Amino acid sequence: MRLTCPHCGERDLREFTFGGATLTRPEGDWGPDWDAYIHLRENPAGLSREYWTHDMGCAAWLLVERDTVTHDIRAVRPVGEGAP
Amino acid sequence: MKRIDGGLIDRDHPVDFRFDGHAYQGFAGDTLASALLANGQRVLGRSFKYHRPRGVLSAGSEEPNALVTLGLGAGSEPNARATMVEIRQGLEAFGQNGFPNVGFDLMEVNDLFAPFFSAGFYYKTFMGPKLPGWRVWERVFEPVIRRAAGLGRLDRTKTPIATEKAYAFCDLLVIGGGPTGLMAALTAAEAGADVILADEDHLPGGRLNGDRQEVGGQSGADWAAGIVAQLASMPNVRVMTRTTVTGVYDQGTYGALERVVPGRGRPEETFWRITARRAVLAAGGIERPVALANNDRPGVMLSGAVRTYVNRYAVAPGRSAVVFGASDEAHRTAADLLRAGVHVAALVDARPGATCDLTVRFHAGGLVEGVQGREVESVAIRRADGVLEKVQADLLAFSGGWNPSVHLTCHLNGRPVWRDDIAAFVPSEGAVPGLIPAGACNGEATTFACLSAGRDAAVQALANLGRQATPPDLPQAEDTAGEGRPLWVMPGKGRKWLDFQNDVTVKDVELAARENFRSVEHMKRYTTQGMAPDQGKTGNVAALAALADATGRSIPGTGTTTYRPPFVPVSIAALGAGGQGKGFAAERFTAAHPVALSMGAPMIEAGLWYRPSYFPKSGEQTWRESCDREVGYVRNAVGICDVSTLGKIDVQGPDAAAFLDFVYTNNMSTLKPGNTRYGLMLREDGHVMDDGTCACLGEGHYVVSTTTAAAGEVMRHMEFAAQVLRPDLDVRLASVTEHWAQTAIAGPQSRELLNEVLDTPLADGDWPFMACGEVSVGGIAARLFRISFSGEHAYEIAVPARYGESLFRCLVTKAEARGGGVYGMEALNVLRIEKGLLTHAELDGRTTAYDLGLAGMMSKKKDFIGRAAAGREGLTDPTRPRLVGIKPVGAVQQLTSGAFLFEPEAEATRVNAQGTVSSVAFSPTLGHFVGLALLTEGPERYGEKVRMVDHLRGVSTLCEVVHPAFLDPDGGRARG
Repeated sequence: MRLTCPHCGERDLREFTFGGATLTRPEGDWGPDWDAYIHLRENPAGLSREYWTHDMGCAAWLLVERDTVTHDIRAVRPVGEGAP
Repeated sequence: MKRIDGGLIDRDHPVDFRFDGHAYQGFAGDTLASALLANGQRVLGRSFKYHRPRGVLSAGSEEPNALVTLGLGAGSEPNARATMVEIRQGLEAFGQNGFPNVGFDLMEVNDLFAPFFSAGFYYKTFMGPKLPGWRVWERVFEPVIRRAAGLGRLDRTKTPIATEKAYAFCDLLVIGGGPTGLMAALTAAEAGADVILADEDHLPGGRLNGDRQEVGGQSGADWAAGIVAQLASMPNVRVMTRTTVTGVYDQGTYGALERVVPGRGRPEETFWRITARRAVLAAGGIERPVALANNDRPGVMLSGAVRTYVNRYAVAPGRSAVVFGASDEAHRTAADLLRAGVHVAALVDARPGATCDLTVRFHAGGLVEGVQGREVESVAIRRADGVLEKVQADLLAFSGGWNPSVHLTCHLNGRPVWRDDIAAFVPSEGAVPGLIPAGACNGEATTFACLSAGRDAAVQALANLGRQATPPDLPQAEDTAGEGRPLWVMPGKGRKWLDFQNDVTVKDVELAARENFRSVEHMKRYTTQGMAPDQGKTGNVAALAALADATGRSIPGTGTTTYRPPFVPVSIAALGAGGQGKGFAAERFTAAHPVALSMGAPMIEAGLWYRPSYFPKSGEQTWRESCDREVGYVRNAVGICDVSTLGKIDVQGPDAAAFLDFVYTNNMSTLKPGNTRYGLMLREDGHVMDDGTCACLGEGHYVVSTTTAAAGEVMRHMEFAAQVLRPDLDVRLASVTEHWAQTAIAGPQSRELLNEVLDTPLADGDWPFMACGEVSVGGIAARLFRISFSGEHAYEIAVPARYGESLFRCLVTKAEARGGGVYGMEALNVLRIEKGLLTHAELDGRTTAYDLGLAGMMSKKKDFIGRAAAGREGLTDPTRPRLVGIKPVGAVQQLTSGAFLFEPEAEATRVNAQGTVSSVAFSPTLGHFVGLALLTEGPERYGEKVRMVDHLRGVSTLCEVVHPAFLDPDGGRARG
């Protein structure tokens, strides 16, 4: 698998680290929303929105849209550009 | 010799080789199979279960029978296909699975017991209820039976064979160098694209080398050689011979195995990862054997392979042949044999209305029902008029039709589709993104159709890349293929092989169907059809036909099993090239590494880093003596330790303080320049991730330390916090671990020693505990931190890494002059345990700040990572195992880490366990063992007794629960 880092270009998977699903961190004290944020994950067959970091490159955190069935990478964006 | 004239072998270069101890001669260009056939050697191996003698069935990588072991001992290679092994001077090969040899094999008796070794034999025999006597069965008979089965044996010593990994990139990868592949490569190459042409043969050309046919007015082989030469001369083309594309992966990544003839000082195998923007699959086809009685006997050969041996290798594979098929190709085989001077005893064409223009005995509408003889002696022909005729012959050339090589199109879960008109599976549309199947692997039948398909596929692939290709003219080539029909299972009695390599017959498939293993995947696993190293290349589709027949379904209704990578066996040595021993594994060395080595310190790994364990002095017998001495330096004089491996992260920006408040549990924004604070980081789930110090060097400028092991994880975590969770904060992070060489100076004399090296000595009263700032050492700007990991008055001084070794030597020398010296990891560990300080033995990912007695570091005034989750009642339950110290108080004085803690009188079983011991050390300062432990309700139990039991090491020690800081609990020494 290869990801096209917006800063560095197309790079091999081994330069990146997976960072989990793109969820919004809740505010306030512990509650069901925190439980969901930390523990509950979808397991989609199809489009998956994920965080990856190019930690062996520019250290940017990236938003990746990946199809878990076809392994197609649909988009790679810096996290700064738009909500997940 | 059975050599005939012609062929593509080099008769000027004879090659001597040995097979099973006998000397033979062949020619350059021969494979082991062709050279042995030329020498009249027809039995090359023994079969998997029944130990039946086996010869050569094919002329390519699909060969199921002629498996041999190359070489002896270390580096020997089992299960090499003789049809793929090029002979070379001095080659030594051995037949397999025969004792004493493949010519005379005592285990051939297995064949007589064949009725007992039917489908499911292993399941029925080795599993099930344990009846009386099963122990004898398990210990005596089962190993014997298991030994009898098998193919080559792996040599288990370290292989001396050099292998390599390599990477390549191209616009177009052409897989297969037959007419389709050559035309595709030529079209793309002339358009200027970067092209890789991979062909598994050492001589590209595919069927053009095995058949007598004209292409462009010259022989097919000459035309292929001309195109290959043209391609090889082009700078944008890489022609990779002896290279099998073994797998298809995501985004146009292909695995390929390149074999190199040994003896040229190069790796024998290279595993390639080829990244191709587009690919053309021109893998050709694999001919199907016909299921007829005793079709596994030496002397039974695929029709196309017979033509290849005659035309390419100039070998007559027999003296008298019967040719059997249901297409015009059978006639071509007969013609080639006649031309080579082989007697053709009969040509059997299963098509009833077929005619023949050769002068041979011809049976239109006939079938071959079987062969007789240990090697083929006669062939039983059922004529169209129903009469069974036995014909003397030592060669049966047969063909059940061709299977397009769709394998690679299935590697990304594509399913081939059945085409009734050609009775074969072809690749499904778009099975692999970016890969276009073309030619015979896509169901084309004639050479001209293949040339044309190859050209068109390349034009289409380039168009997808936005490139215009001018299609080259196609050469004249054979353009007609008569109607053929498939031949599956022939009538008549006897065992009819489907999977030669795993000894699976039609009867086994029928038995599986009778026992209700009707799904193709169940049948495969029950009979082991297609599960041998050849993955059923020759047998799978015929087995499907047999299963369809037995279950009354159509072939497409029966479905196929799943083809997975690799297409041919790939040695682990090739996949793991560079991975033996240290291989390419990265190593990290600190600036002071050479000093530690020169002092004879044994180095231990800490992640990728290497750190000195201890520094032995002459006369010391054990590591403990060295360690105890080094601890004494720090407690009584001054010790020097390289702490460069700890992670250092530079944090800068107007919002740096707010950011640190967010990632640390405690308040960092109140930290003033010139001060350092101990900090704790949690994961978002409320457990401790790491601890370290945070030094404020100036307004909006901090340097954070992490533990050695967690440096990378903490850096990622902090970048995530900065970029994803708090993009509103203006802060930047940089890892500076390797920029600074950092040395700890610890002990009562540390300040005096430090003042010896500083350009401006520290004034009395300056630099209190936890102070930090810039100093100058020998004219070099350095950073000084007054922090302590030993409980003593201590400093850490950081200089740019290039000065690290020099400063370290200097400090060690000066420390020695003061009765101190250098200390290693063992002493460092003892010092911190004596003081009750933490490492990842305690921060094990399951402990909370509360467990570690650090609940006071959780600020209540701000949000921080892990705050919400750490507040869950389960994480603040007083019965959780919490940090304490333990010391032995009974007759047994030993503590061991990893041991469990129990009430003194309780039985030492799992349900009674109350905690575990995380760290232990012998304290030379106190004269006894000290330990840190996580004990339920621990801090409320100081003074109580617990029993430590180490079930693995057999140690049981009565202990007292104490405060974890064994030494100087109020910290007066560090502050003094």
